[in-house]
Amino acid sequence: MQKIGVFVCHCGTNIAATVDVLRVVEAAAKEPGVVHAQDYPYMCSEAGQALIASAIRDKGLTGIVVCSCSPRMHEATFRKCAERAGLNPYMVEIANIREHCSWIHKDMEEATQKAIILARAAIAKVHLNTPLAAGHSQVTKRALVIGGGIAGIQTALDIAEAGYPVDIVEKNPSIGGRMAQLDKTFPTLDCSACILTPKMVEAAAHPNIRIFTYSEVERVTGFVGDFTVDIRKHARSVDMDKCTGCGLCQEKCPSRKTPDEFNRALGTRSAIYTPFAQAIPNVPVIDREHCIKFKTGKCGLCQTVCAAGAIDYTQSDEIVSEKYGAIVVATGFDTIKLDRFGEYAYDQSKDVITSLELERIMNAAGPTGGHLERLSDGRMPREMVFIQCVGSRCSDGRGKSYCSKICCMYTAKHAMLIRDKYPDVNVTVFYIDVRTPGKNFDEFYRRAVEQYGVNYIKGQVGKVAPLPDGRLRVSGSDLIDGKAVEITADMVVLATAIEPDPSARRLASMLTASIDTNDFLTEAHPKLRPVESPTAGVYLSGVSQGPKDIPETVSQAGACAAKVIGLLAKDRLTTNPCTAHSDQLLCNGCSACANVCPYGAISYEQREVNDHGVRGERRIAVVNNALCQGCGACTVTCPSGAMDLQGFSNRQLIAEVDAICR
Amino acid sequence: MSIDDRDFRPVIAAFCCNWCSYAGADLAGSSRMKYPAEVKIIRVPCSCRVNPMFILRTFEKGADGVILCGCHPGDCHYSTGNYYTRRRMASLISLMEFVGLERGRVRVEWVSAAEGAKFAETMNEFVEHIRALGKNTRLEDLRCKN
Amino acid sequence: MQELIERAKALLADGTVSRVLGWRATDTPFGPEPAFFESGEELNEFVYNCFCGANLSKYLIESSALEGKTLAFLKPCDTYSFNQLCKEHRIDRGKTYIIGVGCKGKITVERLHELGIKGILDVEDAGDTLTVKTLYGEKSCPYSDAMLERCHACKGKEHRVADEVIGESADTTDTDRFAKVTELEQMTSKERYAFFQAELSKCIRCNACRNVCPVCNCRKCVFDGNAFDSVQKANATEFEEKMFHIIRAFHVAGRCTDCGECSRVCPQGIPLHLLNRKLIKDMDAFYGEYQAGEDTSTVSPLTAYTEHDIEPEAGKGGNE
Repeated sequence: MQKIGVFVCHCGTNIAATVDVLRVVEAAAKEPGVVHAQDYPYMCSEAGQALIASAIRDKGLTGIVVCSCSPRMHEATFRKCAERAGLNPYMVEIANIREHCSWIHKDMEEATQKAIILARAAIAKVHLNTPLAAGHSQVTKRALVIGGGIAGIQTALDIAEAGYPVDIVEKNPSIGGRMAQLDKTFPTLDCSACILTPKMVEAAAHPNIRIFTYSEVERVTGFVGDFTVDIRKHARSVDMDKCTGCGLCQEKCPSRKTPDEFNRALGTRSAIYTPFAQAIPNVPVIDREHCIKFKTGKCGLCQTVCAAGAIDYTQSDEIVSEKYGAIVVATGFDTIKLDRFGEYAYDQSKDVITSLELERIMNAAGPTGGHLERLSDGRMPREMVFIQCVGSRCSDGRGKSYCSKICCMYTAKHAMLIRDKYPDVNVTVFYIDVRTPGKNFDEFYRRAVEQYGVNYIKGQVGKVAPLPDGRLRVSGSDLIDGKAVEITADMVVLATAIEPDPSARRLASMLTASIDTNDFLTEAHPKLRPVESPTAGVYLSGVSQGPKDIPETVSQAGACAAKVIGLLAKDRLTTNPCTAHSDQLLCNGCSACANVCPYGAISYEQREVNDHGVRGERRIAVVNNALCQGCGACTVTCPSGAMDLQGFSNRQLIAEVDAICR
Repeated sequence: MSIDDRDFRPVIAAFCCNWCSYAGADLAGSSRMKYPAEVKIIRVPCSCRVNPMFILRTFEKGADGVILCGCHPGDCHYSTGNYYTRRRMASLISLMEFVGLERGRVRVEWVSAAEGAKFAETMNEFVEHIRALGKNTRLEDLRCKN
Repeated sequence: MQELIERAKALLADGTVSRVLGWRATDTPFGPEPAFFESGEELNEFVYNCFCGANLSKYLIESSALEGKTLAFLKPCDTYSFNQLCKEHRIDRGKTYIIGVGCKGKITVERLHELGIKGILDVEDAGDTLTVKTLYGEKSCPYSDAMLERCHACKGKEHRVADEVIGESADTTDTDRFAKVTELEQMTSKERYAFFQAELSKCIRCNACRNVCPVCNCRKCVFDGNAFDSVQKANATEFEEKMFHIIRAFHVAGRCTDCGECSRVCPQGIPLHLLNRKLIKDMDAFYGEYQAGEDTSTVSPLTAYTEHDIEPEAGKGGNE
């Protein structure tokens, strides 16, 4: 019989306000095997833990139950506490009487009764716990960074600087990401390319960094410390080693009508192309969908003009399989589609553009050479309207419920830059709220208003209507003056909501990393573990985790790198001892369990088995504990009950069921 | 409705996978969302850990409803666990209805770690449904009754 | 029958096989029983007739552990169970020699009783009809009227596996095997409950269904061990009967070849195969048709998945 101690936490008033803690203690003390029961205001505090430790020592407890917050919060804390007091950490069970009880119920009697039942279930379970010993697994000292934008580049650089090899996988032909598309950055107004390009070069030149561009992650297997990733390198049709980056092929390519993704399709590009001048690697790719050679078999001009003989039409996709200890997701964002926002006439007028499109228009390397002009007729606008929160903070389900965070600042930036360069252009900004928390951010916004005379109107725009003369009638409201506003504008710029890159969802599935309802990757803890995914070994960098600007992205990228370095610095990891095992007396050797094991952790052996004195060779399932992650799929597939899971055994779960239904 | 019916407090067990649904329940709690105290949660590593034996056992011991919550298909922490759950439970639920258990006493729901509100809503709805069904009399162990 | 005996004797004599698994006559003419024969002399007791419904494949698990090969006579439908057991590594195919035997459907004396034929002394197979000698004189009935339920839903005349085949088989299908399941589904939940309550409460937990079922072959049944704290209790209650049969059906789901042995041997006449058929019908509808034991390589629907499987929703078990 176990000697069980029960410790009931008040969590200040978080638990004690709705659960009569003393009654829980009393009820628990009456349960079989319970030799010690007590309460304490904060069980997780040092004093609370000391109390547990001394009870373990003084009363020779063989198992403990802590009635407190979620085991996801403090199970590890109490396990460590038990271990320090000489009790096996797996002899600890948590009854979640906060998240699953005191916080959801109002009635004290009801909540107290439920807390008692939850405590009983945990006591019933701990009776069947057995001491478990964690195993160890190796760490592959290499990291994978998925996404080659500023987040991915910064994370990779920091990891590489610490001395660990890193691979960057980028789906586009060049690294650089969204930041490469930006013209200037707030609040300093320095040129985006000027600060990004050196980082790109540094990453490309770093001896610890390998870059796979035009590549995608195809498959991920394994677990923390030992992931195996298949990377699909799309056929570039250009030999990376031979190409000198002279650009002649792009100049001569006769297929020039492909919408240029880098310029947000505001211009066109050739079929063989590098997305932008500073591309890294400076090796073009052939877009096979638009290449005349691939479409008709005729052409081959690029091959003729390439002095280096780098063009190779026969290249095919290549799958590279690599091992990694850690994986960083830095897949970034895109702007949302505007097809559900017909009122802004985005599809009807070329002069209604998104902010990211404006970045390209303002950029010297963009489709207009950096001249502010209307895309419809090339004329300079005189009257510009910016509309904030297009699809952000949207409650009607057409857009996103969250704030995209960067729009207030970049709109102030755009407005300021335009007023600076073209003082006779009138700029009006419609906003819901101006949100400018951040170092030098509010000062920046105030400069736009006070120094540059940008006209900010608090209110929403109901409609943008193209007029016969090609101008745009913007009808909105001014909430402060309480009146309708109508502006005839030459250009309208929409601060379009951002959303995670569409690749994030598929990737999250492959990584078994969780994702929220907006497709942002979920953190292990929103406050305390913001750069880690709940899936061990998977880390989050940049906007894939949530909207953020460049300085935030870079700091998060660094934090993420620090976590990765911390992992890679370990020689071995402690594995979860809650793994499956098969009872050789019960195992039929039928192979059903191996069919459902996602980790290939089950194999079969012919073994001599002594079944109550009868010896014989049997086919027995054997679980590799280093590979088993403890999901339990095998345990249910096994008809004979031979397969069981440590820590969540059949009998433990049944004991909980019985306690709850009692 | 008799007095007994009004006072009927069903016994409900909710098996929740550690990675999504249990975390979803935690979120419901930390967001102070309300759902009935009849729901008692049993933590399992993955929905695929839930053996039909457990579900029957729960009824045997007097439960009136059992709900199994896991990660959304495609989002399983163990990649594929809930795909097996989905198949097993589709068959089990159908079989239990076939032998005459009332519709909806056993239910499967996918609740992610971010869906605290969905967790609370699901539980409210489930408890309401079980209350409407009344006491489980078709699958019970009479020895548990006094 | 003589041909089978001669062939068995020859294979024993030349050492190809060490024993023969077949049917032996018992003191009742309607109940030949499965038996191992180890010599030509023993084989004189061998019978093969219209009452040899017993599926012999399960006995090969035991003989797989013995020295030498075992010759087994399998009817076409038995070969499905045989394949399933080979797939589950319970039978070592290399330790077997399979002779496929002809089958035109097997009969059962219970059906004759149900037809109102009493005081049966002997039954003679007269091709399409049966001649039944009774205390009250000679009676006759069409052969198919006395056939086992499972033979009306015959899996076909082809042996899925055999080293050689002796005799002709016929496909005796004349009904939709899911007809009764569909009929139950169309009842109300309450009616179905009453139906199964009445049927399952007849259960005496004799375990005949479990013992005869080819895929119910665990070294130790979960109901005999304590792995789930489900050890068999002295006084079975209604719940336990249900639990036992639901779990048993579930444990064989995706593995059950629908051989119908469970219902054939049930001394209480419970139509246990209905539970298995319901599972088969569902799995066919949910995941595409699957016949366990058709081969030795395909995986059971419950150990496979697709990303877009149907959801486990209420309403698939039958009307409300």
